[in-house]
Amino acid sequence: MRIMAQMSMVMNLDKCIGCHTCSVTCKQVWTNREGMEYVWFNNVETRPGLGYPKTYEDQEKWKGGWELKRNGKLKLKAGGRAKKLLNIFYNPDMPGIRDYYEPWTYDYDMLLNAPANSAHVPVARPKSLLTGEDMQISWSANWDDDLGGSHEIAAKDPILAKMNEEVQLEYEKTFMFYLPRICEHCLNPSCVASCPSGAMYKRVEDGIVLVDQDKCRGWRMCVSGCPYKKVYFNHKSGKAEKCTMCFPRIEVGLPTVCSETCVGRLRYLGIVLYDADRVTEAASVENEHDLLHAQRAAFLDPFDPQIVAEAERQGMPHDWILAAQKSPVWQLISRYEVALPLHPEYRTLPMVWYVPPLTPIVDEVSKTTSDPEDFRILFTALSKMRTPLEYLAELFTAGDTKPVEKSLRRLAAMRSYMRDINLGRDGDEEIAAAVGMTGEDMEDMYRLMAIADYDERY
Amino acid sequence: MSTSPILKLGTFLRRGEASDDLRQMFLKSPRAGEAFYRDRWSHDKVVRSTHGVNCTGSCSWKVYVKDGIITWEEQQTDYPSIGADMPEYEPRGCPRGAAFSWYTYSPTRVRYPYVRAQLINLWRGAKADFDDPVDAWQSIVEDPEKARSYKEQRGRGGLVRCSWNEVNELVAAAHVYTVKRYGPDRTAGFTVIPAMSQVSYGAGTRFYSMIGGTILSFYDWYADLPMASPQVFGDQTDVPESADWYNSSYLMMWGSNPPVTRTPDAHFMTEVRYKGTKVVSVSPDFSDATKFADEWLRVHPGTDGALGLAMGHVILRDFHVKKRTPYFFDYMKKYTDSAFLIELTERDGALMPHKFLTAADLQEVGAWGDAGDQPAFKTVMIDALGQPFVPNGSLGDRFTESGLGHWNLDLQGRDPLMTLQDLAGHGTAKVLLTRFDTEISANASEGEKHLGSAEVYRRGVPTTQIAGRTVTTVYDLMLAQYGVGREGLPGSWPEGEDDETAVGTPAWAAAITGVNVEAIERVACEFAQNADESRGRSMIIMGAGTNHYFHSDTIYRTMLALTMMCGCQGKNGGGWAHYVGQEKVRPITGFAQYAFALDWQRPTRQMITTAYWYLATDQWRYDGLPVEALASPLAGESMKGRTTADTLVEASKRGWMPSYPTFNRNPLDIADGAEEAGMEVPQYVVDQLKKGDLEWACTDPDNPENFPRVIFNWRTNVLGSSAKGAEYFYKHLLGSGHSVRGAENGPENRPTSMVWREEAARGKVDLFMTADFRMTSTTLHSDVVLPAATWYEKFDISTTDMHPFVNSFNVAIDPPWQARTDYEIFQTLAKDFSEMAVKHLGTRKDVVAAPLSHDTPDALAMPRGSVDPYESTDMIPGVTMPKLITIERDYTKVFEKWNAIGPLPEKVGMTTKGVTFRPDKEMELLRSRNGVARSGIAKGRPLIDTDRKAADMILTLAGATNGRLALQGFKEMEKRVGKEFASLAEENESTLITFAKTREAPIPVVTSPEWSGSETGGRRYSAFVINVEHEKPWHTLTGRQHFFLDHDWMTDLGENLPTYKPPLDLHRLYGDAKIGEQTTGYAGDEQVAEVAVRYLTPHNKWSIHSEYQDNLYMLSLGRGGPAMWMSIEDAAKIGVKDNEWVEAYNRNGVVVARAVVSHRMPEGTVYLHHATERTVDVPKAELTGRRGGIHNALTRVLMKPTHLIGGYAQQAYAFNYVGPTGNQRDEVTVIRRRSQEVEY
Repeated sequence: MRIMAQMSMVMNLDKCIGCHTCSVTCKQVWTNREGMEYVWFNNVETRPGLGYPKTYEDQEKWKGGWELKRNGKLKLKAGGRAKKLLNIFYNPDMPGIRDYYEPWTYDYDMLLNAPANSAHVPVARPKSLLTGEDMQISWSANWDDDLGGSHEIAAKDPILAKMNEEVQLEYEKTFMFYLPRICEHCLNPSCVASCPSGAMYKRVEDGIVLVDQDKCRGWRMCVSGCPYKKVYFNHKSGKAEKCTMCFPRIEVGLPTVCSETCVGRLRYLGIVLYDADRVTEAASVENEHDLLHAQRAAFLDPFDPQIVAEAERQGMPHDWILAAQKSPVWQLISRYEVALPLHPEYRTLPMVWYVPPLTPIVDEVSKTTSDPEDFRILFTALSKMRTPLEYLAELFTAGDTKPVEKSLRRLAAMRSYMRDINLGRDGDEEIAAAVGMTGEDMEDMYRLMAIADYDERY
Repeated sequence: MSTSPILKLGTFLRRGEASDDLRQMFLKSPRAGEAFYRDRWSHDKVVRSTHGVNCTGSCSWKVYVKDGIITWEEQQTDYPSIGADMPEYEPRGCPRGAAFSWYTYSPTRVRYPYVRAQLINLWRGAKADFDDPVDAWQSIVEDPEKARSYKEQRGRGGLVRCSWNEVNELVAAAHVYTVKRYGPDRTAGFTVIPAMSQVSYGAGTRFYSMIGGTILSFYDWYADLPMASPQVFGDQTDVPESADWYNSSYLMMWGSNPPVTRTPDAHFMTEVRYKGTKVVSVSPDFSDATKFADEWLRVHPGTDGALGLAMGHVILRDFHVKKRTPYFFDYMKKYTDSAFLIELTERDGALMPHKFLTAADLQEVGAWGDAGDQPAFKTVMIDALGQPFVPNGSLGDRFTESGLGHWNLDLQGRDPLMTLQDLAGHGTAKVLLTRFDTEISANASEGEKHLGSAEVYRRGVPTTQIAGRTVTTVYDLMLAQYGVGREGLPGSWPEGEDDETAVGTPAWAAAITGVNVEAIERVACEFAQNADESRGRSMIIMGAGTNHYFHSDTIYRTMLALTMMCGCQGKNGGGWAHYVGQEKVRPITGFAQYAFALDWQRPTRQMITTAYWYLATDQWRYDGLPVEALASPLAGESMKGRTTADTLVEASKRGWMPSYPTFNRNPLDIADGAEEAGMEVPQYVVDQLKKGDLEWACTDPDNPENFPRVIFNWRTNVLGSSAKGAEYFYKHLLGSGHSVRGAENGPENRPTSMVWREEAARGKVDLFMTADFRMTSTTLHSDVVLPAATWYEKFDISTTDMHPFVNSFNVAIDPPWQARTDYEIFQTLAKDFSEMAVKHLGTRKDVVAAPLSHDTPDALAMPRGSVDPYESTDMIPGVTMPKLITIERDYTKVFEKWNAIGPLPEKVGMTTKGVTFRPDKEMELLRSRNGVARSGIAKGRPLIDTDRKAADMILTLAGATNGRLALQGFKEMEKRVGKEFASLAEENESTLITFAKTREAPIPVVTSPEWSGSETGGRRYSAFVINVEHEKPWHTLTGRQHFFLDHDWMTDLGENLPTYKPPLDLHRLYGDAKIGEQTTGYAGDEQVAEVAVRYLTPHNKWSIHSEYQDNLYMLSLGRGGPAMWMSIEDAAKIGVKDNEWVEAYNRNGVVVARAVVSHRMPEGTVYLHHATERTVDVPKAELTGRRGGIHNALTRVLMKPTHLIGGYAQQAYAFNYVGPTGNQRDEVTVIRRRSQEVEY
């Protein structure tokens, strides 16, 4: 057993308001410089939608992440070292700038400097930040926000294509939710494995994945190797750059910028202990549906005295063990099992996990139940979710709806349970038991998800 | 020391074994490559500030500075805790705020003072010809050719960089000349939402108050003012802070989209769901808020009033009539006007609701003893024995001797009947009610079609005879209005719950709103059931989606009624939560003294801005809306043959509404005239008016004597944002290029009380100027553009409804280039003005015509709200016409006064909402803290010669920020009310919030009589808690929350009770296209399909009004320019694809935008987000060959007569409280796919 600590994050999508504050504060701090105009270490996507860059989830096209060979071994989907060397000057899996978007600005100067006697009210026209020429804007960092252009755009969402169920993008059946994304700081990062220069690494103490700015030679194999497309190429410096989990802040005891500025209060940051010796095994289970369980199984219970003793023996500082015990991330992933990984099927063992959004359709529910006013029925009837379970399952559980349903049932049960308390009645243990929890669990989970203040979230 | 696990990790030594199992590369420290990002993170200092006027969020931010350069900002997280079981306010902020620092160094930053080339050339020429700058200004503006030459250049480039000194002289000269030649009320300051930077707002309004200028309102103009609030509550707007959402156990978001428009607050909504609170979204589109809703009611735009009425029907039917829910019944009895008696008068063989029965009516027939003074304002209840009685707490107790100690809600053991059905031997009668939802008969003549689709129907109420009059209760009328039948009542009632034709039933509402019957029933029942179980914790968050309609007051009244029927107002977690353009200046008393210079003279000229622009931009010439088209069939004669513009004139003349410029003569000259005539000013003015020697300016807006001459914009962008009828502004006010497409009124529909000049005026305003830090549609059209400091470059304070804290602005960097703070800009203007005034003005007397004011005895001016014909009404200043007040102004001392606090606060006190504060000790404190003026007119007075001192004046002189004053105010209130209040403030007696404290952290305010909620003991603020818990009356006629309004004009418009009025039918009223109509038009030479759609302008995710919509970050996260959202169906009708260019046009103008096609939009409605500016990526329109317009290019001011009512109880004027709204949601536009080749 090799005990390692991973700085990890959980985002509760059930609370995400899609405001993009995280994106803006991150951009202002890290990527508002030349060569990085198109880069958003943190971005937020409306789902269904294409994401950023477009259709990044379609690994048949982009060949990111790992795949399991017949012999049960993992290999990079884009091919091994030999194929990499062949393609080193031309990488067919590289997204082009238009797969992200062509960054632009406007000739704002005209507003002040338009000459006297102009025929019309001055206006600032868009200009490409790449060419300096006039341009017509046709894609942005978040073009399909709030289902903009849905029939022409969202319909091409790779997740919809994977689903068995037919999803109709119709007014009355509208559903959407927001998916904020940063680098996953994977336990089994395919970007690191893709780098021909050895410039990428995981920090040994906290698992943060970084590009060594001194060693990067700009081959960009990391860009294509990452299935989440969260490594970017700085076209000024000629080096790859990516989300750093704000390590200069983490190191001085501050949460990441995206976490601290998350006004929806949906981000949780914390240490997860895991057994590094089990990473390969966890990433290599045959059935994609088992990946979630395998990854959870690689995590170590920081309250287990044996784990604590072994961690201390291996030299892990006491305060890191305490931090792992206080980690809200571990609580959400392992204690309550409401958080799920994004695309476990990429087999990178991602470490930014998500609580799926709860979206009942009451008018549908009310048709099938005798008493639609009964909150217990209302909040636990998940078969008629506005957001199809299968859609969420394709995002978080490689298509297995059961873990998603379990997570949502727990959220719904928490709401039912807490309603009684809210109205001054006793909590109903039956509700908690129905989802395999106790009333006390419900209250603890409620505190973590609704109340948790700054110190408790990070 | 924090307990955060992350915070403790800093101690970890970076060590460990490097490891490499073929795929993974672990590295241990030191890792030199990481230095790059550590350098990037470094900074020199972090400064607290916030964001000013565009936003009501009032979030505290950390501004990072490195090498004297602002680098970025992040939200502060140091808000004081609001309780152990509550989510905290941290972090507050949104992506717009996070992108603000972009403006500091952006290419759109205004760095220097600018004047348009033609004007500065004229000015320099005139200065060469005239020694005196005032004479120089006169030589330009009084020369028609010169004036035209620079005015027509507005919006056409040519800004020339000038020095501050040169520009200041020009601006001061323009002001002095205008005051002298035309009158001080011909100058105007337009600045908005003071709460969000109170010192900057007040710097300019203080100057205009001192010279007698006009200060333009904004809340009513923005249509953010919910007129239902003064109507129902007698209050401007008082709502819970956002954390109180977390106390709710049933939450409706109705026409409100909190994730977008209340981003920092939205988490309380998402989080309260985890307590088991059901969340319902009422919205035509699948909005960001709908994403969180357990139930989505897909309402047709603008039909919300029908939904509200039907939900009320369900609640009254099931929770009031089927079973009398004791909680609801008791609440209604005590806190609403339900149990008051209404006299029914005969009409067409039936009865119609008329007026509240009053003690005067009883006294008249000896049915009541001495009711004391003002008996006509003492309303009457009835007990179970049929005995009428006059309870405490009506308006008649508020300002009278007899009411002292009795103005309260204590029923003193009496139990009034809610319904006369409970009265033995009661009678019944059919009452006439009106509905406005009926179809126009196909056989109607064109003239009839114009007159509206109102119909009368009859429903029964139980009645009895009191004082020789037939009466019933408000409650009985409500049940009739809502279609809740009871045994034994005559009239036409719903034949069943599935009766689609009967007003009030869910089936009726379903046909109108598109929301199915089951959902209406379910949500209404749940709302009420929850309110009963939780004692009122059902809440409605309501927003612009319902509030910006012409008839928004009727919509809101149906929504407010739900909260009143279920006992939710005045309860934490319950009631209405209106969040549209909040402007809660928490330290209101100190702010008013500072901003309106009430410390030196009273009153100030505060104007209803909708009317101001309506007249100044000549929109009245295109309107011609006949009042009859809006009126009830039961209306009296008074509305016949008149346009809404005529009602504005009448309201102005009656003193119901302010009206500036007031007369067709300089008010300084009027004072001189009175002196020459040897008459008192009021007598002289009446005499002159009667003789016809003096005219009301509002009757002749195209007379050059009545033009607004100088307009100064700061902290605002009228032409890029709020300018309903933007193209009319360009055409008539500015005289620049425009795209007005409609024709002026023909003789048949012109106002009868106004002068029609054949030629409309062009270019009325002489000096249109703006201070801003960025270029906007307003700066592009300004003659003078001044470089203003940003929000990170000045000291100021901010408060909001949304949270209880006072936040400070601080200087992260000094204003760069030649930027100056608003404070300094006006300080300098005051100085230059005073110096020039020595020669030109000296000391003058100014006649201010002030309207009849709310929260004063003026509200007693019009017993019973009876409006006699104007022609037969005598002119009595302060009763039937404005108060005429003479103020002596020493124009040479404006600067000295501006810099110091005047003597009036100690001499006569400071009155807010009827409570007078005496700041004796406070003034001493300010003297010692701020220092005193050592000479001149302000000798010995405390100084406010810096922005920080001004902030301290505001904070020290207000109850919400000074516990001693709060306690003092409550003690005074105790005398009038006769109930205990001091306990609300005793815990805070020693609390004084200073500016210095606000620099350290957000500081919570204290409970004060300035507001109706209580924060005492750490409670979350909820409106009307003090009223409910301390039996303090609302500021209304009955002292209770009103369902019934009995002013004549309310009756004439059929709005005595909550009712449903559909969106205006602009096809019928103005001949616009019918919604859904498909036509063929021409895009260039090509024939293209067109469709007419409802045109809505909701708030945008990527901007706060026009701010940020030009911000590169926000543009990169959105579509990069103007975007029109439309449904798949409408896009198909005109053959447009996503992101293709479209043009939208109607009689008011043209918009060019790109289509965003989405299935989350309903068919028949398009959205162009509010404050879509024309500064970024707006090409020329094919239709006009001119630059496409802003979102308001397709709208126009539409005036609702009931908003103009004044002088009567709660329907009396106060600034930003009451006034015609600049509503804009009833418009229709035709859209089409245009040529995709665009030109700029």
